[in-house]
Amino acid sequence: MSPTMTEATVVTLKIDDREISARSDQTVLEVAWENDVFVPALCHYEGLGDVGACRLCLVEIKGSPKLTPACAIKVVQDMEVITLSERLQKYRRSIIELLFAERNHICSVCVSNGHCELQWLAQKLGVDHIRYPYLYPKVSVDASHERFALDHNRCILCARCVRACDEVEGAHVWDLLGRGVDTRLISDLGTPWGESETCTTCGKCVHICPTGALFEKGKSVAEMVHARPRFAAMARVRNNSGR
Amino acid sequence: MTPEELTLAAEKEENGSRAFEHIVGVCTSTACLASHSDKIKKEFDAQVKAKGLTKSVRVKAVGCCGLCAEGPMVYVESQADAEKAAETRTYAHVSNEAVPALVDSLGAAPVADLACDTAQPFFTRQHKIVLEHSGVVDPERLEDSIQVGGYQALLNALTTMNPADVVDTIMRSGLRGRGGGGFPTGLKWSTVAKAVGDRKYVICNGDEGDPGAFMDRSVMESDPHRVLEGMAIAGYAVGATEGFVYVRAEYPLAVKRLKLAIKQAERAGLLGANIGGTHFSFKIDVRLGAGAFVCGEETALIASIEGRRGSPRPRPPYPAASGLWGFPTLINNVETFANIAPIVKNGAEWYAALGSGKSQGTKVFALTGKVKNTGLIEVPMGITLREIVYDIGGGPFDGHTIKAVQTGGPSGGCIPEAYLDRPVEYETLVQLGSIMGSGGLIAMDDTSCMVDVARYFMEFCMTESCGKCIPCRVGTVEMHALLTKICEGQATMTDLEQLEELCDVVRSTSLCGLGQTAPSPVISTLRYFREEYLAHIEHKTCPAGVCSGLKSGAVKAKEVVA
Ligand SMILES: Cc1cc2nc3c(=O)[nH]c(=O)nc-3n(C[C@H](O)[C@H](O)[C@H](O)COP(=O)(O)O)c2cc1C
Ligand code: SF4
Ligand code: SF4
Ligand code: FES
Repeated sequence: MSPTMTEATVVTLKIDDREISARSDQTVLEVAWENDVFVPALCHYEGLGDVGACRLCLVEIKGSPKLTPACAIKVVQDMEVITLSERLQKYRRSIIELLFAERNHICSVCVSNGHCELQWLAQKLGVDHIRYPYLYPKVSVDASHERFALDHNRCILCARCVRACDEVEGAHVWDLLGRGVDTRLISDLGTPWGESETCTTCGKCVHICPTGALFEKGKSVAEMVHARPRFAAMARVRNNSGR
Repeated sequence: MTPEELTLAAEKEENGSRAFEHIVGVCTSTACLASHSDKIKKEFDAQVKAKGLTKSVRVKAVGCCGLCAEGPMVYVESQADAEKAAETRTYAHVSNEAVPALVDSLGAAPVADLACDTAQPFFTRQHKIVLEHSGVVDPERLEDSIQVGGYQALLNALTTMNPADVVDTIMRSGLRGRGGGGFPTGLKWSTVAKAVGDRKYVICNGDEGDPGAFMDRSVMESDPHRVLEGMAIAGYAVGATEGFVYVRAEYPLAVKRLKLAIKQAERAGLLGANIGGTHFSFKIDVRLGAGAFVCGEETALIASIEGRRGSPRPRPPYPAASGLWGFPTLINNVETFANIAPIVKNGAEWYAALGSGKSQGTKVFALTGKVKNTGLIEVPMGITLREIVYDIGGGPFDGHTIKAVQTGGPSGGCIPEAYLDRPVEYETLVQLGSIMGSGGLIAMDDTSCMVDVARYFMEFCMTESCGKCIPCRVGTVEMHALLTKICEGQATMTDLEQLEELCDVVRSTSLCGLGQTAPSPVISTLRYFREEYLAHIEHKTCPAGVCSGLKSGAVKAKEVVA
């Protein structure tokens, strides 16, 4: 294959003025989290390919005029990363607010209340009210599957479910349809989930969803606790790489 | 074809044309076709046949000559004879009914009513390199292109230069990407040339999604061989053997002509295996896009060719390192490729001598808006905006004044009248809060409301956002709502503050260029025309009288207090 595979080397870099060592095949986000540096993220999930979509993990990298998504940039020797600044925090709050304004996130009636990554990040970043007008789109709930349901009102289009189903389960049930604010998550080619011919009912998408968009039927308010799958560990075992 | 055979073919075609006393060229590109110029061509054919002139008059279909607003356009080229010097006549607004008179006028006095004055600045102030053969050659005949020197640069490069020389020539020419960003083309080529990969690709970006832009379409429709030749030279320079032209499906004529041109060139041994009898092979295919603005963004375009959803991905890695199917890929704009053959032919120094500052060569613009002459123009870099608007464009309509010029489409900005004496250069336009862009140039007069203009472009970005990243997907909708509120006279100063805050968020945090530049029209109009926003907000007045429901007319200067 074409991409030239180079051996990973050990590099040292600075994150928020802290000297840190890392492997050159790691992303800034991985290294930051490994070292207990808080960087918010929603579309990243350990063990899945990164897409750089949510923009919450943006950091400043010295020498680069633009902000960089920590999940989509590999560490390099002598890199200097800033993960916390007034500007970054402001943008992170704005992005969270935009998500809340986009669809219908009424936590008090949500199955994931208390177990939601969006809610947790909002609290952590100090988002206590939404300045932008709510868009209130008319979206549906797909409850056609025997065990699970999809509530588009809570979907933040992070595409974690899409990648989990495609990259790990190998079924590729989920995909995105349409563009802009009209983008919707679809199963198969837009058929109801319950009629999907590819879904194996493995539940990976449900447990990887950061919000209450995908949930197990029968769960009431605040009862949907995610059993976060450990894809990275699974992959390590499977490849026996033991790194 | 070997280089010798190519020269012979060109001579043969030249002699063949000389056998005709008159050559009638009828524009059959999209704009003139829309006024049924294909029928006019047929009528010429019929008339020439009926009058027994087939031996002395050749009628051919040609591409766009630029003055689309005056179409259908026809030109007549007459050979010199004992009595007269050679001359070329150009006719505008030609109809079917006028054809007999035009045929009768061959060798006699021109049809005065239809004559188009080619001494006017619209023609004389232009400098054609990219478009030099547009409107002259029949885009569906390879021989026509060969007659005017087509593929000579390619065969010269293959037989007398090594790839590094070609890269060096492009580097020294100072050519910069015409797709909007202005990245130095030679530098990009050398990066791809140096990249390691089992295979490499060349992609020509013919997506052209800017509203109102038709530069690339015109080049592809009027002179497709020029684009293909540029791609093949690029393939040789960077070490690629396969190329794709990505064209939006809404350009059926461009697609048809490109496909035909590829077939013709392959048959003549000018594309495909062992080009010109050398060891170099280069194959080109056409790929259709479904017409999404974002598919012009290079990583989305590549995803689209690969058969995936057309949404951008973070860079690095850049396509030069990892592009189509993970292989090093050179991606350039149509107009960029159309500049290659003349540079290779005439030398880097010739090209570098044209233009000003760090902007060399010429730029094609689609001039539209509130000026008398609209159409496709090619001007030397460094020309002032005023020359474009007043000389070439003929200035504003009577009784009106030019207020601003918009360049760069939804990613660009509005430059006010006071700065029209600035030169057209990449850096200067950025300083003024706009960009060169891919060539949209809209003149605005006192009847244009700048808030409405900003809202129009925001609506475009909102509907064209791919929806992948949050700030662009939701931010553009929120900004559009705020701009609408201002236009409707419902907004407060808090809304304006929020709009400015969102401009900053969306620009700084979006994934790709679409989101990063979506706020530009708002930022630039706020920079130069803030008083118009304030008139809408504080006085419920639209100074240009565009926004319905608001008072129109000027707000007295002292009433506007920021
Ligand atoms: C939203 C968006 C749309 C774009 N559309 C086009 C386009 O229609 N044509 C084009 O040549 N480049 C377009 N570009 C720029 C391309 O990504 C790329 O930079 C360009 O094709 C490179 O060619 P150049 O160096 O010759 O300009 C677009 C970029 C963005 C962000
Ligand atoms: S359903 Fe959940 S995991 Fe899937 S895109 Fe929506 S929010 Fe993300
Ligand atoms: S900036 Fe807009 S178009 Fe670009 S990736 Fe984000 S949502 Fe898609
Ligand atoms: S986690 Fe990096 S962009 Fe979403």
